[in-house]
Amino acid sequence: MNLTLFVWRQKGPEDPGRLKQLEARDISPDMSFLEMLDLVNEDLIKQGRDPIVFDHDCREGICGTCSQVINGVPHGPEERTTVCQLHMRNFKDGDTIYIEPWKAKAFPVIKDLIVDRNAFEHIIQSGGYISAHTGGVPDANAILIAKHDADTAMDAAECIGCGACVAACPNGSAMLFAAAKVTQFAVLPQGAVEAKKRVNSMISSMKKEGFGNCSNHYECQAVCPKGIKVSFIAKLNREFIASLKT
Amino acid sequence: MILDGKSPSGPLSEKWDKRRQEMKLVNPANKRKYKIIIVGTGLAGASAAATLGELGYNVEAFCYQDSPRRGHSIAAQGGINAAKNYPSDGDSIFRLFYDTIKGGDFRAREANVYRLATLSNNIIDQAVAQGVPFARDYAGYLDNRSFGGAQVSRTFFARGQTGQQLLLGAYSALSRQIKAGTVTLHSRTEMLDLVVINGEAKGITVRDMVTGEIRSYAADSVCLCTGGYANVFYLSTNAMGSNVTAAYRAYKKGAFFANPCFTQIHPTCIPVSGDHQSKLTLMSESLRNDGRCWVPREKGDQRIPDEIPEEERDYYLERKYPSFGNLAPRDIASRSAKEVCDEGRGIGTSGYGVYLDFADAINRLGAGVIKERYGNLFEMYEKITGENAYKQPMRIYPAPHYTMGGLWVDYNLESTIPGLFVLGEANYSDHGANRLGASALMQGLADGYFIIPGTIAHYLAQTGPGKAGIDHPEFQKSREGAHDRMHRLLSINGKKTVNEFHRELGRIMWNKVGMARTEKSLNSALQEIPRLRAEFWENVTVPGSGAALNQELEKAGRVADFLEFGELMARDALLRNESCGGHFREEYQMPDGEAKRDDEHFSYVAAWEFTGEDSTPEMHKEPLTFENVELAVRSYK
Ligand SMILES: Cc1cc2nc3c(=O)[nH]c(=O)nc-3n(C[C@H](O)[C@H](O)[C@H](O)COP(=O)(O)OP(=O)(O)OC[C@H]3O[C@@H](n4cnc5c(N)ncnc54)[C@H](O)[C@@H]3O)c2cc1C
Ligand code: FES
Repeated sequence: MNLTLFVWRQKGPEDPGRLKQLEARDISPDMSFLEMLDLVNEDLIKQGRDPIVFDHDCREGICGTCSQVINGVPHGPEERTTVCQLHMRNFKDGDTIYIEPWKAKAFPVIKDLIVDRNAFEHIIQSGGYISAHTGGVPDANAILIAKHDADTAMDAAECIGCGACVAACPNGSAMLFAAAKVTQFAVLPQGAVEAKKRVNSMISSMKKEGFGNCSNHYECQAVCPKGIKVSFIAKLNREFIASLKT
Repeated sequence: MILDGKSPSGPLSEKWDKRRQEMKLVNPANKRKYKIIIVGTGLAGASAAATLGELGYNVEAFCYQDSPRRGHSIAAQGGINAAKNYPSDGDSIFRLFYDTIKGGDFRAREANVYRLATLSNNIIDQAVAQGVPFARDYAGYLDNRSFGGAQVSRTFFARGQTGQQLLLGAYSALSRQIKAGTVTLHSRTEMLDLVVINGEAKGITVRDMVTGEIRSYAADSVCLCTGGYANVFYLSTNAMGSNVTAAYRAYKKGAFFANPCFTQIHPTCIPVSGDHQSKLTLMSESLRNDGRCWVPREKGDQRIPDEIPEEERDYYLERKYPSFGNLAPRDIASRSAKEVCDEGRGIGTSGYGVYLDFADAINRLGAGVIKERYGNLFEMYEKITGENAYKQPMRIYPAPHYTMGGLWVDYNLESTIPGLFVLGEANYSDHGANRLGASALMQGLADGYFIIPGTIAHYLAQTGPGKAGIDHPEFQKSREGAHDRMHRLLSINGKKTVNEFHRELGRIMWNKVGMARTEKSLNSALQEIPRLRAEFWENVTVPGSGAALNQELEKAGRVADFLEFGELMARDALLRNESCGGHFREEYQMPDGEAKRDDEHFSYVAAWEFTGEDSTPEMHKEPLTFENVELAVRSYK
């Protein structure tokens, strides 16, 4: 199939950037979306033009590196699917596709489709961990965890930190991201000791990094490639309120 | 030169304690005076950086992704082994040790593997303490599953995302140290060179992948934790950025490269769908717990799987290996798949595929149980192929996956360059000629959390801190070298893209240095690779400039190294006139097609020394001696 692409080209953080039209020819439905872009890039290189730069690494939907807004939707049309796992059989001959980077105050564009997600790093560094020392910990089966709680922790822990939730949110909020981490540790006995401090630090960090607040649009859940649920945001709020009571 | 692995003497189970007792310590107040560079923040690097930072050293950590959470360890699906024996099914530290040595076809160092088996239990404890949500049973205890090459259930798992959860655990510990100021993280930074001063590793030269700046960092010791080199095959299950560059540049600075030809081809990956393919996706080995491998009995049978009756199917693994069946080790399962496809019984349009069928398991246990166990894998399979594996069997085929070879290290994980330590998949240490499933995560974390803190202190205690700064002539030379090479790549302006060269190299490696090798194929690879390399340096095109973000330039540097390294692999494979583990030389096989090992002549580690750009590298040997296991023909029948 043949497609018309409008791709965001931006030389650097200071460049205003704009959409540029490109053609993608002879695309097979078995290709992944990124393989389609590889092909377009091979053509650009051969014509002596600058290839499109985009972030990617594992290409199997787990590292959270790939980050593109396709036709206005972070990660594109298929539910629970990262860009790298999106396949061209979702498109048809003659389609026009718009490709843009994550757009959020906290994620400045570095070049073309690549953004700087260090703000997420800072949220985790502010307290997204259990302070276990290496060594000197109890036997793994000494801590019993109800299957239900282990499963909830795992549901939350599946977050890949891609940032689609932020890109989809009209407020550029990182609540779903922070809520997933807070919930994972809040439901585990190992995480209880530092629970109050953790939720407080992570919420202050979110504000400091320039992320907005949650006003219940639920766009984050709709685009999350791992199906992280907004109910975790409710859990985050409960944890936060509880942390204020001494 | 005969290399000494420096294993401690004494009974196997006391060796590590003995070594710990012998090693020097660094006084707590002195630790912050020492700077340690850690390149790579996957499982091995993140666990090492977090632990060394926590101990009080001054750590600088580097990765090429934008966050340590994206290191390729994140992609490990199936699980991590430990000798906890929670299910009481007869497991023990000795048994895990034995299975790993045997799985590696008796080409690993006994003392290392025993230590690994011992530390496996501490890893599970550590991960649980960090909040890693391993699977639990209804009573709240940890759950286990079986993996290839073992008859006990010793694999711990977090759904199909065990690597992700373990890496996020190590990443959280690392993040805590970054916050505490003991670790400085440099992401989107690629190591291009190792700096050696007076014979010791004292720093690295890197390129900032955002600004293009080339800089150096000085330290008292360097740890490479940069993962494996399976991307030499172009198509593999590794991440697109996985590379041999860091290890290879260290090799060129004097670190020996051990057993480069020991590569693992994983039996269960999604088959190639066309020329556009950029990578291959693994379907976890855990699927072989419930899936049955088969092909039609007759050649060229084009019927859809449902129409092929039971008696016209060949469940070839169950037939050939009745006691291990579908759980035969990876090298054996991969070769068997290749064999039936070479016979013309392969399935799918290309004929290079076999079925992995869940129909029996679904009938026995119900689709719900299968979904609970492998839901995310089935989903991933459907996204890529458009097929529903609950309704029709999966199509799978072997693909390059893991590399047992790596920089040579002694028992202390120190390379032949003093002060250069190598951890995780980047080293050659514990897996011999074939790695068993669920043991790479174990090794990376054992290296990072528990081994390096002791062994690096022993080195540091014997060398004073702050020996060299980045204005030392060796650092200047290193930066100039990196600049020159970059400018050379940018100024060729040829006609072929970097990808075209990489794909071509991959084709040579897969056909001639792949799953089955012969003297003829290897000699032909040794002719073709240098030719391709020469063409690369005359005809590659790398657009853009070095002074900005330039992904083609990054790729070009990595492919240039693969083009040299591929030759080393072929050379190593050619000298090893035996078949063992993942290294199968067609000339050396039993009458029934099994690998024919030659312990009399090849019970050694081949460690290669770089001897100059246009000269043949020299091979040194570390003899392997086995005091605690009997060298046996590996049988899974
Ligand atoms: C798809 C898949 C599934 C797997 N499943 C399992 C499993 O179930 N169980 C199991 O035990 N093992 C499994 N493995 C193997 C295991 O995941 C790896 O061997 C292991 O995670 C490697 O860890 P590592 O820390 O050595 O390297 P990696 O995690 O690969 O990390 C390498 C690090 O080095 C950095 N780096 C590399 N080159 C440079 C450079 N030049 N400059 C700067 N930084 C650099 C990267 O940024 C990264 O941080 C699997 C592997 C794959 C590919
Ligand atoms: S590239 Fe890793 S999730 Fe898309």
